[in-house]
Amino acid sequence: MLFTSYSFIAFLALLFTVYYLVPRRFQWMLLLFASYLFYFIAGPTYVIYIFVTTLSTYLVSVKLESLNKAQSAYLAEHKDMSREEKKEYKASVKSKQRKWLAACLLFNFGILAVVKYTNFAIANINAVIGAFGGGTQLSFLKLALPLGISFYTFQTMGYIIDVYRGKHPAERNFFKLALFVSFFPQLIQGPISRFSDLAQTLYKEHSFDSRNISFGIERILWGYFKKVVLADRILVAVNTLIKNPDTYQGAYVLIGMLFYAYQLYADFTGGIDITIGIAQVLGIEVKENFHRPYFSKNIVEYWRRWHITMGTWFRDYLFYPLSVSKPMLNISKHSRRLFGEALGKRIPVYLSTFIVWFATGIWHGASWNFIVWGLMNCVVILISQELKPFYDWFHSRFNVAGKLYFKVFQIVRTVLLMSSIRMFDCYRDVPMTFRMFGTIFTRFSFKPFFDGSLLKLGLDLSDYIVLLAGLIVLTIVSVSQARGSVRRQLEKKPVLVRYAAYYALILSILVLGAYGVGYDSSQFIYNQF
Amino acid sequence: MMKKRKLIINITAVCLLIISLLLLQRLLMPKYVSAIVEGSLIEEYYQETTGHDVIFVGDCEVYESFSPITLWENYGITSYIRGSTQQLIWQSYYLLEETLQYEKPEVVVFNVLAMKYDKPQKEEYNRLTLDGMRLSPIKIKAIQASMTEKENLIDYIFPILRYHSRWDELTAEDFQYMFKKKKLFHNGYYMRVDVRPVTTVPEGRKLANYRFGDNAYYYLDKMVDLCRDNDIDLVLVKAPSLYPYWYDEWEAQIEEYAAKHDLLYINFLELIDEIGIDFNTDTYDGGLHMNLSGAEKLSVYLGKVLAENYGLKDHRNDDVYKEVWEEKVDFYYDMKAQQYYELEKYGYLKSFGAKPPTS
Repeated sequence: MLFTSYSFIAFLALLFTVYYLVPRRFQWMLLLFASYLFYFIAGPTYVIYIFVTTLSTYLVSVKLESLNKAQSAYLAEHKDMSREEKKEYKASVKSKQRKWLAACLLFNFGILAVVKYTNFAIANINAVIGAFGGGTQLSFLKLALPLGISFYTFQTMGYIIDVYRGKHPAERNFFKLALFVSFFPQLIQGPISRFSDLAQTLYKEHSFDSRNISFGIERILWGYFKKVVLADRILVAVNTLIKNPDTYQGAYVLIGMLFYAYQLYADFTGGIDITIGIAQVLGIEVKENFHRPYFSKNIVEYWRRWHITMGTWFRDYLFYPLSVSKPMLNISKHSRRLFGEALGKRIPVYLSTFIVWFATGIWHGASWNFIVWGLMNCVVILISQELKPFYDWFHSRFNVAGKLYFKVFQIVRTVLLMSSIRMFDCYRDVPMTFRMFGTIFTRFSFKPFFDGSLLKLGLDLSDYIVLLAGLIVLTIVSVSQARGSVRRQLEKKPVLVRYAAYYALILSILVLGAYGVGYDSSQFIYNQF
Repeated sequence: MMKKRKLIINITAVCLLIISLLLLQRLLMPKYVSAIVEGSLIEEYYQETTGHDVIFVGDCEVYESFSPITLWENYGITSYIRGSTQQLIWQSYYLLEETLQYEKPEVVVFNVLAMKYDKPQKEEYNRLTLDGMRLSPIKIKAIQASMTEKENLIDYIFPILRYHSRWDELTAEDFQYMFKKKKLFHNGYYMRVDVRPVTTVPEGRKLANYRFGDNAYYYLDKMVDLCRDNDIDLVLVKAPSLYPYWYDEWEAQIEEYAAKHDLLYINFLELIDEIGIDFNTDTYDGGLHMNLSGAEKLSVYLGKVLAENYGLKDHRNDDVYKEVWEEKVDFYYDMKAQQYYELEKYGYLKSFGAKPPTS
């Protein structure tokens, strides 16, 4: 059931109605039912995967907590224990907990690895066999990739790690945990929520709040505008450019790169707007996943503002633990000894950064282009950090820091940089991406901008007008967001202005939307991750 | 007080939105006035003020082969053609069922070429038939029976969802005919006076299976039952189009079916000489469809059969019909004269949905 399908809209309308009609104590149960129904419609067999992940996580989380409780009880009973004995006892409990946690992580990431990465591994093994002249090739497996498995696995593993760390107690109600794992609006493309953020708002009773519902609907409409009017419109040109690399080179690659940046932004943020909007109508608060990312002045800032929940997940559950892990501390010790304090202390940080970006890349997809995409991000971030003293000197020497023109330059630079790295995501082939990128410099010509070639990419003049108008609207909204919620700002406007904005939004989705017969409805790009 | 004011504002806003959407829908829907005029065939029926003795249902072979005005002028038979492009048999059935909500004819004529289709075919053709129907439970059933896999019922109920992308193709015609369209047909007959003689007739390719499908038979049975329940005589016809090819095996099945159900079946392909159809002068597209001359000849023949077999009254002196039909006759001859004028002036029927000759 696509977010953009009529059946999904009917599903939502029915759910919203029933949600506020049932006794409030049943609301979370209704959501659980709706979430599993949504997942079942997407693929009946997928339900088994999400159920197994939920069950295993539930059992282990309960076990971790019971170990905690047993420890507290034991320590209370044995107050006369010495400090050393207590320490030893706690360490033994922690060790048991670690084993349970490791088993749970291994099991669930194992499922993800098997369904998502087995064929990638086979392809690489076959390539190695082929390179050494071997004739035998391993057969690929026919494995269905359950919808949103990367998202719910990460969310669930985040939960179990937090239970292990004692950040919050384990959820004792299996069905409530099942709702946390399967909450349908965020199932297919995030955000990757934390239990501590979502649980309370998810399970509590929600009364009908017209303002909240109105805000939620506005957010949903805004998401649909971005998705069906902008992203799905430009998609046609992006596909034409990417699928015909022999024809479209030079300036076309640059055009494709910028178009894809536009499409991905409208598609992904639009999807998240719909998700957050649906949750808001239900009275549930879901964390924001974007904070005006295209206004970032450098790549580090960009990654703090784009797909925020994924970034923080990797930071909290991979980067930090990795940085303070025993092997990394050992590496730190040795590198300081070998390369001196200044360089030596940076080596473990860089190594952790490298691992995180490798994981981020492969999380996005089981192919080399995503791995290289992740590592390219890593390289740019590390270079930026290395060049920081130079940048600081440059800013003060030429007195550009804080100047508007320099901010604009930094923003444009970051957008171009991120867009060019994203080309690995477009072409899905590493050598081809490098080749095509090269043609921007070797075969560039201004002709395509003026000779009508742009009108042969599947978009006509009216499409370009819509896209340009859309870009202006997106920019205005993003600029306004700096002053706080745009919906709150709109709420304060006179009735006529407010309703004119609502009408414009609704009518533009209905009339300008790239949906229905004649358009191939497109999945959200992040569904595949 | 504030709450009441807010409620009034919200209700007004919703009403305005609905009105805007309805207006937009009317604007965005194709008007089918100067191009693909066949799209206007079905909706014109609702302008009728009097009933009819004969109702035709079927595909282009009915709306291009029979002229209700000729039937009127020669026999005083009142008739209406509820035909449309590639009208599938279930669409014919539901159109007939819908027609019976408005009137009760004596005879129904169904062109059997539609039996060759057993499954929904093309969205574009579905639209030409279904969009013109008034919204009713019968229309919903017709849509459900006709939809191809990629179609949605809601797109038919709210056509703005289907035609929204026409916003950048709108012409003056879309505004001009937003609320009222000019009359284009003669009781469902699509007049064409131009001539394109038959040069070659494509041979029918071999089929894997010549038996009409179960679904087609199901709706033919339903049509027979519907007519029988309403005390209407059903006549099966096959228009004399030279292609699409009409196979002997198909002919045998229809003959057998007609005999079994005691129905009159007229295959005009076998009556070409008797009627005097000349494929050098009586077709406007090389044998696919009849032009006015061909349609008038066929109508003279069919009218005689209907009048003799079913005792249809001559309404020419009936005051209820006289004035209405005089107006129709005038419109018929005006258009005929205009078409001949355009043919002479431009070499093709410029204002009647025809395309300029390619050579």
